[in-house]
Amino acid sequence: MAGRAWKFGDNISTDHIAPGRYFHLRSNLDELARHVLEDARPDFPTNVKKGDFVVAGVNFGLGSSREHAPTIIKLVGVEAVLAKSFARIFYRNAVNIGLPVVICDTSLIDDGDLLTIDLSSGVVFNHTKNLKIRFPPLPAAMKKILDEGGLIPYVKRFGDLPL
Amino acid sequence: MGKTIAEKIISEHAERNVSAGETAIVKVDYTFTHDASGPLFIKQLKELGTTKLHNPKHTIIFIDHAVPSPRKEISNEQNLLRKFAAEAGCIFHEAGSGICHQLIAEYYASPGQIIVGTDSHTVTAGALTAFATGMGATDVAVAAALGKTWFRVPETFAIQVDGKLQKGVYGKDIILHLIGVLGADGATYKALEFIGSTIDTLPMSERLVLCNMVVEAGAKAGFIPSDEVTRRYLAERGRAKEFREIRSDSDANYERVIKIDASILEPQVACPHSVDNVKPISKVEPVKVDIVFIGSCTNARLEDLHIAAAILNGKKIHPETRLIVTPASKEIYSKAMADGTLNTLMDAGALITPPGCGLCFGALGGIPADAEVVFTTTNRNFVGRTGNPNAFTYLGSPATAAATALKGRITDPREVM
Repeated sequence: MAGRAWKFGDNISTDHIAPGRYFHLRSNLDELARHVLEDARPDFPTNVKKGDFVVAGVNFGLGSSREHAPTIIKLVGVEAVLAKSFARIFYRNAVNIGLPVVICDTSLIDDGDLLTIDLSSGVVFNHTKNLKIRFPPLPAAMKKILDEGGLIPYVKRFGDLPL
Repeated sequence: MGKTIAEKIISEHAERNVSAGETAIVKVDYTFTHDASGPLFIKQLKELGTTKLHNPKHTIIFIDHAVPSPRKEISNEQNLLRKFAAEAGCIFHEAGSGICHQLIAEYYASPGQIIVGTDSHTVTAGALTAFATGMGATDVAVAAALGKTWFRVPETFAIQVDGKLQKGVYGKDIILHLIGVLGADGATYKALEFIGSTIDTLPMSERLVLCNMVVEAGAKAGFIPSDEVTRRYLAERGRAKEFREIRSDSDANYERVIKIDASILEPQVACPHSVDNVKPISKVEPVKVDIVFIGSCTNARLEDLHIAAAILNGKKIHPETRLIVTPASKEIYSKAMADGTLNTLMDAGALITPPGCGLCFGALGGIPADAEVVFTTTNRNFVGRTGNPNAFTYLGSPATAAATALKGRITDPREVM
C-alpha cells in the first residue's frame, strides 16, 4: 500500500523534529512523538499515518545528536525519510534505530504524492506521477546494520561491529 | 603520502594504516553522555543485554542540561543516571559541575585521543587535538560496552587563518565567518583543521570556540595542531604528562584549503534562523534586543566573562534588556566570583545562573516570550532553539553580546571598548 509524501524544505534541524521545549517528554517517547516536526509543519504530527514518507530538501536533520529525532519519526510510522542530503549524525542515528534514510532527487516528489519504496533494488515509486526515482545503496556497514533493524540487534546477533 | 591529524589518530586507534574515505574500527578512549541523552543511552545498553561497561573509568556521565531540574519528569531521569553511574562504577559529574564539553577540556581530553559523546558539540575537544565527535545514544552505548566504534575516515579541509585580529574581534567571529562561507552543510563528513599564524597565538579558550562550532558546518571533527599553547594548558591543569605534539604531515592531502585574513575581519553575527546566515556587524540592522545570553559550551569561559565584564564595568545595561550569564563550569563560576567578575556583571544588571547549558537548548534558563529577540553567545539559532518558535535568535561573541546588552540593540563592540 502506498504512503503519502509529506514535503519539507531544506535544513530541517533536530530542533524542528524534537524541540527542546519538550525536553521533559524525552522520558516518554510516545508523548514526544505527538510533537514530531510540529515546528516545521504543525499539521504533520496529527495527520501523519503509518506508511507515510518524510520528503525533504538538503541537509535534513542538522544540529543536535539527539537520537530522539529519528526515533519519534519512526514511532509515528514513517516508512522512510527521503532527502537530497542528510546531516551526518542524523543519518547514522536513523540507520542505528532501523529507520530507512534515502538520498534521492526529492524535487521529483510533491506534497501528497503517493509513494512506495523498494530498498533492496534502490527505487522509490512515485505512483501519483508515475515515476521511478533511483537511489544509491547505503555504505556497506550501514546496510548491514539496517538489514538487521538497527545497531543493537546487529551487535546482539553478531557480537561485534559490522566491518 | 603524509597523513592528516584525523588519519593519524584513526590509524593509531585502528592499529593499521588508514586514509580518508576508508572505514575502520577504532578503540575509543572516552565515551560520555548527559541528562539529555543518558536515559536513552541506558535504555540501549539494556537492549543490548548488558550494563557492564568496557572500561567504567573511561565512561563519564554528566548532569548539565537541565540544571537544576525544573520538572519532576526530568528529576526522575536524572536519578536514573545517578543510579546507573553508581552501579556501573563510571565517572559521574553532578548537576552544577558544568557543561560536559567544558569539563572534558578541563579534565579529560588530550592530544591523540578518540572521544565519542552523545552530543554534537563533542567536537569541542578537537582544540586539544583529540578526535572527538558527537554520535547518537545507540552508537555511544555500543562504544561504551565494546570499547570501540567504527568510523569512515574523514577528508580534511585546512582552514588557514593569518593576520592579527582587530580589537573587539575574537575566535567566535572567525568561526561564524567560516560557517557563513561554507554553509550549514559545506563540511558534512569532513574534518576541519585550523592552521596559520592567527591560530598559533590563539589562547585555548578561543581554540575551543573554533572547534565547538565546526559541527554547524556539518563537520565530523575539528582540530588545532597541538603546540606550546596546548602544552601550557595541560600543564596548568596538572596534566603536563598527557601532552603530545600532533600535526598533519607537510605532504598530507587536504581536500580544500580555505584562507581567512583575520586582520580585516569585523565582528560577525549569525542572524535568524540559521547559523550560516552570517553577516559582518556593519551589515546587521541595529535590532532591539530583549534578552542577551552569555553562556554555553561555546562562549562561557572565564576569558569570555572577563571580556563582558570589561565592557560593562561601572555601567548599567539598557533598561529594556535582560542579561543572563551562565558560566560554563563550577571552576569558572568560582574564579569569576573570586576575582569580582560576577559582581561587576551583577552590578551592571546581569542575572547569574548556575553552571550548565542554560538557555542554549530551550528548556529552561530564560526562555523568550513570543516575538522577543535574543542575542546569544551560543552556537545555534534554529527556529525554537531557545524554547520559543516565535522568538528570533542572533549569535555573536561575548563582546558583541555585552555591547548589545549595554545599548539594548545589536551593537558593534568596538563602539564601547
